[in-house]
Amino acid sequence: MRAKHSFLLALVATIGLLGVGLMLPAWLLFLVTLAAANGLAVLGIVVLTRGGGATFGQGMFFAFGAYAAAFTPSLLGINDALLRTLIGTLVAGFFGALIAPLLVRYRGIFFAMLTLALSMVLFGLLSKATSLGGSDGITVLTPTLLGKDISGNIEYALYSLTVAIAVLLGWSVSVYSQSAAGLMAIAVRANPLRVEYLGASARRSLGISFILCALLGGAGGAIVAQTLGHVEPNLTNWTTSGEFVFVAVLAGYKRLSAVFVASLLLEIVRSFSNLYFPHTWQLALGAFLLLVITFRPDGIGSFWPSPIKPKAKA
Amino acid sequence: MTFHLPSNKFIRVCTSSIVIAAALTAAGTAQAEETFKLGVVTFLSGPAAESFGVPAANAAKLMVEQFNKGNAPAPYNKPGFGGMKIEMVLVDENGGGIKQVQELRNLYQRENVDAVIGYISSGDCLAVAPVAEELKKFLNLFDCGSPRIFEESSFKYVFRSASHAAMDNVSLALYLKAHNVKVETMNLINQDYAWGQDSRSDFVASMGLLYPKANIGADLLPKFGAGQYGTEVSVLSGKPASITYSSLWGGDLQSFLLQGSARGLFKDTTLALSAADHVLPGLLNKVPDGTILGARGAYGILSAKSPLNDWFQAGYLSANKVLPVQASYRMTQGFMGVKLAVESAMAKNGGKKPTPEQIADAMRNSSFDSPGGKIAMSLSGGQQAVQGTAIGRTKYDAVAKVVRAVDVQTFSPECVNPPNNMKSIDWIKAGFPGAKCQ
Repeated sequence: MRAKHSFLLALVATIGLLGVGLMLPAWLLFLVTLAAANGLAVLGIVVLTRGGGATFGQGMFFAFGAYAAAFTPSLLGINDALLRTLIGTLVAGFFGALIAPLLVRYRGIFFAMLTLALSMVLFGLLSKATSLGGSDGITVLTPTLLGKDISGNIEYALYSLTVAIAVLLGWSVSVYSQSAAGLMAIAVRANPLRVEYLGASARRSLGISFILCALLGGAGGAIVAQTLGHVEPNLTNWTTSGEFVFVAVLAGYKRLSAVFVASLLLEIVRSFSNLYFPHTWQLALGAFLLLVITFRPDGIGSFWPSPIKPKAKA
Repeated sequence: MTFHLPSNKFIRVCTSSIVIAAALTAAGTAQAEETFKLGVVTFLSGPAAESFGVPAANAAKLMVEQFNKGNAPAPYNKPGFGGMKIEMVLVDENGGGIKQVQELRNLYQRENVDAVIGYISSGDCLAVAPVAEELKKFLNLFDCGSPRIFEESSFKYVFRSASHAAMDNVSLALYLKAHNVKVETMNLINQDYAWGQDSRSDFVASMGLLYPKANIGADLLPKFGAGQYGTEVSVLSGKPASITYSSLWGGDLQSFLLQGSARGLFKDTTLALSAADHVLPGLLNKVPDGTILGARGAYGILSAKSPLNDWFQAGYLSANKVLPVQASYRMTQGFMGVKLAVESAMAKNGGKKPTPEQIADAMRNSSFDSPGGKIAMSLSGGQQAVQGTAIGRTKYDAVAKVVRAVDVQTFSPECVNPPNNMKSIDWIKAGFPGAKCQ
């Protein structure tokens, strides 16, 4: 019931955003597309944190998704934006599933540092691999969308695709978080030992959260690669991962949709401060972030009413 | 956590941010009449700013000021760009290729700039070039060295008004040969990213032709921005070599020279640096006398005397209290090439502000004079420039407190650049076919 209700709301939101997109100038469409794609990677961090993990290596899955989307046309001959995003997502999910068994044996800072280490190993490999463009990266072919050439209206086409994917995945995550597996993830975060005692596997639950985090990171990366038309090893550098963690903190954990708003705000502030204070834009960005942390310790999500608590009226 | 429709408050936050953004845009575009809006991108922060990005930005400011006043020598004496006042939008290049793609789109689509001159990092150049091409906007890359940009793709709206990096290493090797520098062993130290690796392979290939018997001693690839070279200095000290070659630049080169000098590394080896003039004003006598270096063009202390060069050096010196270095020269020649292209496009279209396409048509295959010598847009279908270069040895002048260049040898563009449509590394490996050296 709840899922059906929220799906309708998500559908309305998508149509509304697609309509708004028709009125936006090209640069803003581009900015929103990137913010939403980054938002997906941040959503992954939120899912993982909710399930008891912490990551400083989200850039790794972002890069897996991006490089997969970049090489799909030359390796598989597939150039459709939707398929490339799907392939990027699955590739990242595959690598997530591959390393999940190693990571779920750890908790807290050890878990986070291992993700960071793995992402920096990938950074080193990508920087060295001249066939993948080395440290300069490679140019990504402009995609088609549903068999149509979109080069004339690429900003709106990719905006629509990204909005649809972001709302769909956002909705899926919200449904998942209300499901038995999603609620167990919270229990694992609170007390893994008790979860084990009750007969469920805490490691397995954390593994699922981690794979979801990887899938979402891959989706974001695949969209970013196609939007920007360029991939480079910096995608998996710790600075990228750090930025995702920061947006997660900025958004807070109160509302899932807040990650997209926080991501958009960060892009807007960064873009305009770079233009108006070219010598001190980092300072302007830092000041903005400090203001938010000081006055909104619960993040941007605390600006709008908290969600109806499950079973509040039962 | 469920997915809800946004509340009124949320909608208000969103709309107000969009309104603010739109207002800022409107403010930015209100005065588009009779001006030529020019985006300029260079490092203003980070490790590449001090010795590279900021000297380039200073040159850009000087050119905007001088051109707007109509103070430059002929043929650059028409005010602004063809009478249109130049309005510069300066953007920081720091932050990586992905951020630069965003910022370049913002420059074209939000700020409505008429053209962009920019980019020092090769990675940034590779990332932004397809964007300008896709948006059909004029872009002149002023500095980055990678030959890949035009060797791997072809462009219509993207130009580079400076030679690519092959020239630096070919001329350095030719200089060593011409001055009978004995090379039995050579140590190599280069940054572990595309620029360092490409420079290294170009130099090794050139030396392989000119000094077939020379051995490679230590071959080090520290990471970009390492800052600490204690280990590298130890390794290099342990392997005595006739020359020590490096393509390090910016803060990395400064640190390496300071740390190596302190430990006496350069006493028994001759330093051969492919792109080093820009750290001289800061390091002065910390650079060992007799260091063989290039400036990626006949720039700075390696430049030849000419009315244009005298005017540029005097203007730059009085504005910044220091002599211009390679980045300043390349920024200036970027401005000059674009200015002439805009003006020749206006001469053809009846004096209207030219479209990006018209500027590109005028720039293609053009040639022009710059403070660093003649620039000819003759490679890669007229999109990529070639120019002459110079290599010299350093000598510290303790009275004037500046580093001077002695034994300067100049190389003509045809001598050290590959012919049209030949990849640089293939050209070097084939033994410089078609090279015309005096």
